[in-house]
Amino acid sequence: MLTHALKSLWNRRFVAVLTILSVALSVILIVGVERVRDAARESFTNSASGLDLIVAGRGNPVQILLATVFGVGSTGQAIGWDSFEMVEALPGVAWAVPISMGDNHRGFPVVGTTVEYFKHFRHSSGQPLRFADGGAFTASNGAVVGAEVAARFGYAPGTVIVNAHGAGRVAFHVHDEAPFRISGVLAPTGTAVDRMVFVTLAGFDALHARPKTPLEDPFAMASGEVPSVSREQNRDRGEPANQRGAHGHGHEPDQINAIYVGLTDRTAILSLQRMLSNFRGEPLTAVLPNVALLELWAITSTAENALRLMAWAVAFAGMLGMVVMLSATIEARRREFAILRAVGANPARIFGLIVIEAAILTLAGIATGLALTSIVATIADPVLTSRFGIRLDFAFPGVRALILIGTIFVVGLLASLVPAVRVYRTTLADGLSVRL
Amino acid sequence: MSALNLSNLTFSWPRAARPTLDIGSLALEPGESLFLYGPSGSGKSTLLSAIAGVVAVPPGAIRIGETDVGALRGSARDRFRADHLGVIFQVFNLVPWLSARDNVLLATRFSKRRSERAGPRPELAAIRLLSELGLIDPAVINAPASALSVGQQQRVAAARALIGGPDLILADEPTSALDDEAKVAFVDLLAHECVDTGAALLFVSHDRSLEGRFDRAVSFTDLNHKATVAC
Repeated sequence: MLTHALKSLWNRRFVAVLTILSVALSVILIVGVERVRDAARESFTNSASGLDLIVAGRGNPVQILLATVFGVGSTGQAIGWDSFEMVEALPGVAWAVPISMGDNHRGFPVVGTTVEYFKHFRHSSGQPLRFADGGAFTASNGAVVGAEVAARFGYAPGTVIVNAHGAGRVAFHVHDEAPFRISGVLAPTGTAVDRMVFVTLAGFDALHARPKTPLEDPFAMASGEVPSVSREQNRDRGEPANQRGAHGHGHEPDQINAIYVGLTDRTAILSLQRMLSNFRGEPLTAVLPNVALLELWAITSTAENALRLMAWAVAFAGMLGMVVMLSATIEARRREFAILRAVGANPARIFGLIVIEAAILTLAGIATGLALTSIVATIADPVLTSRFGIRLDFAFPGVRALILIGTIFVVGLLASLVPAVRVYRTTLADGLSVRL
Repeated sequence: MSALNLSNLTFSWPRAARPTLDIGSLALEPGESLFLYGPSGSGKSTLLSAIAGVVAVPPGAIRIGETDVGALRGSARDRFRADHLGVIFQVFNLVPWLSARDNVLLATRFSKRRSERAGPRPELAAIRLLSELGLIDPAVINAPASALSVGQQQRVAAARALIGGPDLILADEPTSALDDEAKVAFVDLLAHECVDTGAALLFVSHDRSLEGRFDRAVSFTDLNHKATVAC
């Protein structure tokens, strides 16, 4: 029966291959959408997993999370150094790391921070950052690059780089007057860290302290002539007045964009968050990364659902194609069925033959689809990794994908019932004598 | 015990004004060949369908060997047909994309009995039958059925009907697409093989030129709607 179905399909191999491809296409879409979604979520979760709190100027938690952890977009207001010292001194705070953002290096976000960052930052369920080469910066013009950045441009400790202002790929203003010397290259993490360039806070500020001409940078602060620093403010927001902070650290910038906070006791996290929100010194927002991620998923789920709907629509079209193919050949195969009846096949077996053919087509489609998905993933992986820090793993599809694949298979079988019932009826009516 | 025994067989297609079949009695002994002739549309094919168990008939009307075909239920009739009957059509006897050999083996696929009776290696039995029917060239035997001439196709169909030693061969005008010479050769081969395997042959045709090649000839119009025909 199975060999008969296989031979029969082989006889119609051209149409069969087309049908298999249409099923494969739907598998690619359905599994692909799931995989990219899972990979994106995993990457985001891994990137933010080691932080207990992110403190930034008053703003939307999702925006703050995206800007700081993933280098996408910008935070709202900058915050003063006072606030950093305040946060650092809070009871229950194990460590606090200042973060400044807003520049890019050839499209990759540049983060101004301290060496503490490399010590405290955790990713992918608690793994620390490791250096593949070199080490953390010691001089103020030192820089550390993520694995992807290093791989892309062939950077190694000792390479001198310049950064550009702005978060996008287009450099508005190249800070070629303030080069950095790379002191270390981080080992790959599979998170957003891989595509970041880290510089010292002092170096970061130095860039903006010496604008060639204020006109070149219309957003630059009027305080450009102030000797120490003027952290460049966000494009569409004015810098809050009176941000000069108190002192006490090695290099003390006027302003930073955010603070990464690790707690000694995570149970205090909510009260700490509330306290920071009510801080009187300046408007602050304390973001719980995991909560912000959930908010982000709520936002993206609409787009995900639209994609899923599309994928299932394609799957439906694929199934329809299979039903069309199986139905269209019934008329031509009436004689074949009569012969099978004559040699003793009962109508149920001929019914089964059609279902088996559908099962073969669907399974072949699923197998082809999975194979093609892996190929597409292999091709897309470097692009996704460098652009978004999303790593598509080549692992076998997870439980969720298996359920989806199972659904496709069942739907394929159900769809085949339509032609199968028709065949059952015609064979019963035809008997042995087909009047063609 | 007769290979085939009909008694008081009546059958009507749904919504037909009068019965298509109304046969008093007809018997066929094992190894006997019967030529049943009559004009087209007189119900010969319906009779073959009834004997083959494809249309439902009342119990007691058709016995093949010891089995009352009318008493069998649907799938049991299909199984019985697979085990005990060989069927040859007018044309289009073969699945076009299967080789001649595989078409012959099709008959053993659905019947354990015939598969066993064909011997430990049914494909050898198929090749032997084909060669006895004049199909010796391996290229022909392995070619898809659609590549064969009509005469070759009918011989393959005969081999399929004969493999595994069924009790009764039903042939529904198998020579209608053949020229005169091929016709006679085909009928002789078929009759000869039936004698060899001990199968009874019921050969239905409108072409009376073949009449002399069978043990017995019966007019279908005399048989149908008539009282008992003497055997």
